[in-house]
Amino acid sequence: MKEPQGTSGLILNEPLLWEKGKKGRCGFSMPRRDVVPSPLDEGLTGDGPDFPDLSEVDVVRHYTRLSQWNFGVDTGMYPLGSCTMKYNPKINEREASLPGFAGAHPLLPPDLSQGALELMYRLEQYLAEITGMDAVTLQPAAGAHGELTGMLLIHAYHKSRGSHRLKIIVPDTAHGTNPASAALCGFHPVAVKSGEDGIIPAEAITAIMDEDTAGIMITNPNTLGLFEENIREIAEVVHSKGGLVYGDGANMNAVMGIVQMGKIGFDVMHLNLHKTFSTPHGGGGPGSGPVCVKDILEPFLPVPRVIKKGDEYLLSGDFPESIGKLQAFYGNFGVMIKACSYIMSMGSEGLKRASQLAVLNANYIKEHLKDSLYLPYDRACMHECVFSDRLQEAEKITTLDMAKRLMDYGFHPPTIYFPLVVHGAMMIEPTETESKEDIDRFIEALKSIVAEAGKDPDLLRRAPTRPKVRRLDETAAARKPRLTG
Amino acid sequence: MRYLPHTEEDVSSMLRAVGAKDINDLFSMIPGNCKIENNLKLPEGLTEWELNTLMDSLSKNMAVSPAYKIFMGAGSYNHYIPESVSYLLGRSEFSTAYTPYQPEISQGTLQAIYEYQTLVTRLLGMEVANASMYDGASALAEALLMAIRVTKRKKVAISKLIHPYYRDTVRTYLEPGNYEIVELPRLEDGKTDISGVAGMDDLAAVAIQSPNFFGCIEDLRSTGEVAHKSGALFVLSFTEPMAYGLFKNPGCQGADIVCGEGQSLGIPQSFGGPGLGMFACRMKHVRNMPGRLVGKTTDMDGKPGFVLTLATREQHIRREKAKSNICTNNSLCALASAMYMASLGGTGIRELACLNYDKAEYLKRGLKEAGFYIPFSSPTFNEFVVNFGENFKDTYKKLMEQRIIAGVSLATWYPELSGHYLLCVTETMGREDMDTLIKEVRS
Amino acid sequence: MKEIEELFLPDNVRYAETHEWARDDDGNVTVGINDYAQDQLGDIVFVELPEVGATLDKGEEFGTLESVKAVSEIYMPVSGEITAINEALEEAPELVNQEPYNRGWIIEVKPDDPDEINTLMDNNEYIETLKGDE
Repeated sequence: MKEPQGTSGLILNEPLLWEKGKKGRCGFSMPRRDVVPSPLDEGLTGDGPDFPDLSEVDVVRHYTRLSQWNFGVDTGMYPLGSCTMKYNPKINEREASLPGFAGAHPLLPPDLSQGALELMYRLEQYLAEITGMDAVTLQPAAGAHGELTGMLLIHAYHKSRGSHRLKIIVPDTAHGTNPASAALCGFHPVAVKSGEDGIIPAEAITAIMDEDTAGIMITNPNTLGLFEENIREIAEVVHSKGGLVYGDGANMNAVMGIVQMGKIGFDVMHLNLHKTFSTPHGGGGPGSGPVCVKDILEPFLPVPRVIKKGDEYLLSGDFPESIGKLQAFYGNFGVMIKACSYIMSMGSEGLKRASQLAVLNANYIKEHLKDSLYLPYDRACMHECVFSDRLQEAEKITTLDMAKRLMDYGFHPPTIYFPLVVHGAMMIEPTETESKEDIDRFIEALKSIVAEAGKDPDLLRRAPTRPKVRRLDETAAARKPRLTG
Repeated sequence: MRYLPHTEEDVSSMLRAVGAKDINDLFSMIPGNCKIENNLKLPEGLTEWELNTLMDSLSKNMAVSPAYKIFMGAGSYNHYIPESVSYLLGRSEFSTAYTPYQPEISQGTLQAIYEYQTLVTRLLGMEVANASMYDGASALAEALLMAIRVTKRKKVAISKLIHPYYRDTVRTYLEPGNYEIVELPRLEDGKTDISGVAGMDDLAAVAIQSPNFFGCIEDLRSTGEVAHKSGALFVLSFTEPMAYGLFKNPGCQGADIVCGEGQSLGIPQSFGGPGLGMFACRMKHVRNMPGRLVGKTTDMDGKPGFVLTLATREQHIRREKAKSNICTNNSLCALASAMYMASLGGTGIRELACLNYDKAEYLKRGLKEAGFYIPFSSPTFNEFVVNFGENFKDTYKKLMEQRIIAGVSLATWYPELSGHYLLCVTETMGREDMDTLIKEVRS
Repeated sequence: MKEIEELFLPDNVRYAETHEWARDDDGNVTVGINDYAQDQLGDIVFVELPEVGATLDKGEEFGTLESVKAVSEIYMPVSGEITAINEALEEAPELVNQEPYNRGWIIEVKPDDPDEINTLMDNNEYIETLKGDE
């Protein structure tokens, strides 16, 4: 094979912030003092926090060095399953930092904030069109926050009809956030097993759905990267017993312009703007998790809502059945700008093409690796494919070892040990923004790692060797937590 | 489309490799009745330059500083952000990474968040801080749920002087669990009346905000004492962390959980989000804490390094028994605030907080001298309430035409305070602008 | 992970299906988790212990064991009152891995019925259930 991408550049050590600096330095241009000091009750004041004093250069070097220890999408292929680590367009950063947006106070009167309100209104319309749902709230701050919103909506819906349902069906292929979000609303999650083919049989739902069950939380395409083909039958069963269907839209990147979520029986679903709609993940947020609903749930959406009256946009809190607020203001507006910019840049054709190519890339990887790695569900996948380490068991090589070795080759590892239904899972989601050459290089790297597992398994167990640090002692970290310095 | 690298040749050779004739074949397993019949009704894709024109025009349709003089705070504050912070935050190694699940190639994010956790504990005087929550309001809701878990009790007492939107958020979060929320009234001096707490039983938490919604500094120590006497945790919320550059921190005054909004520390206001939920508590409660935590450890060679730790509290492991469902938080905003705190330093943040205090006092004094009544006598930081009178609405509108926004009307949330306005001044407001406001409202 | 024949399953304790062991120590019952369970869990980083004085029924959860990436519940092998907890585990949870039957014990119970312990499995019966799992 060609020389691997992974190599060792010059990486600089950098101490902790408070191990640097000197009392009296400052990296901040102190504004001119144009008022006199005012007296202050000394009983109330303190000495100020014990922060290190650093110069601007100290701060810039510190964070520049730290950044060089990180791997991002701009560094290379980041095939983290279920996370949709696609390229984050740079122009979107410019739009979000326009002074009119970035400097806007959230309590500005509507006639002084028409630009922001119009953008939010437009984005809601776009997301409703993309999902085929009737109404949208942009307030949830992330996917899990969207799930919580969805559960609160379902809770409020049943309550408004005088029924108190305690259970919710959650398939074994669900994200861990699903049962946690349901539990926050007092629902007791009831697990249901996916079938041999990796999807949920409608009969399994018929068997457990009853009038004490509020509904079902279902991810489609599911976390095995498979389309839930029985979704309409499942939705009918749930609806026939008065339940509602919650769709986890984390995997929407597979089906934009192809599947109409409104048609397949979803009553409520969330989207992750930081996945499908290209906003950068920021090393763990901020994200944005809009929730799209059918008419029946619209009265319960969080307030305030953006409405249009004539040519004017307004924020309205006048929705008496609303579940209330999920956070102080209207959601992560800065993230919405980027997602809206993305949708407007891609247009209808571009979004559909993105989904088509995301699915093509995943199937291409699946075909090329299925002889090297065990493929538990050998069927056409959507935007991601799931392998396992079963073929490497003889050498006692695990998914973790292969994932760590991938770093030495210059790739971010896939999602590992999820979904839980596949023992030793390795979940690969290339996304549409990876070129054929990069995907070929990735395939070649994994094949070469599989070969190494046979010849020199220790090479994998010692991996990675090229990053700044090697495998870390997580047991010690958890036994004696050192959470501050 | 420039984000899609595939040439026609790539597509056909890849289709051949997967045994499909046409790209639509890849979707053949999707039942026909699930598919979209026509194309999505979205505008045609824009060029980069068209997008710029459109966004420029939308963003110009907004009233922002410095063209407008905005005396509004109420949970969102206009502070200067050093260019170095914005510049460093734009480094795509930080911004385009996922949550640091693979520590070997995420040490930058991990060390930075470990440093953030440390700076937050130092600012608030607490023992442990998490890697961030969504915003101040949801952080307060999570803090109350945490207190309910720790004490195994079902009632919380929250001050009426906590930001109204935070209280709304708390109600949303606590509604399905049937937890009881009691609101603590306010005193004449602009602080919370905690005298009723002693008579309440089964109390999980007593929550106040300081500086509170009226800008007043609350009496933390006695609130903590009353809370602890009734076996409840003392939860302190805040919207303006800059105050703790100057005032005594909540940790040294008995707070068990401190949570609030960190937007003031280097994060643009951005029409209310993304902000930064800061969350800190006592070490003895760490296993009941929501959110991610970064810890220090060593690698196989004994070199120091950082990992996500105590993950068994979280949703991906404990599922329905998790301490919270939070997953993605506001990591990049936490990073921004760490950069900001590092740029200011201990000396700088105290000086800047003093300047904020002095400027707000200048305006307060000026309005008082102009004959307006300042109803609350407690010391304030950055924000204060002034009674402009019932007929101020027209003046407010007139000022708006002159590009001055004279604060936030309190009547919406406190009907008994009609004619009262909450004004905010930070270091970004010049003396001349304050003089103009005083002159205009007087006339 | 260990093969079944590598497990240490002493014959002086009784075994529950949920992998706890119980030993009659002069009328009180000492409880821990067995070698199989500690091996499956991996490095234990935290033990959540119950309050002394709590009275629980057989099969009720009395605490949890945490490894880095898993949490598992531990259940009462017999009904009774908890009379002691192993406080050493707060500082050294690794004792559960290192000496599961000695210094890694978890609780001591005053059983409601001193004979209930005899309804648990002996080591040979327990090994059979493990084989059945495979």
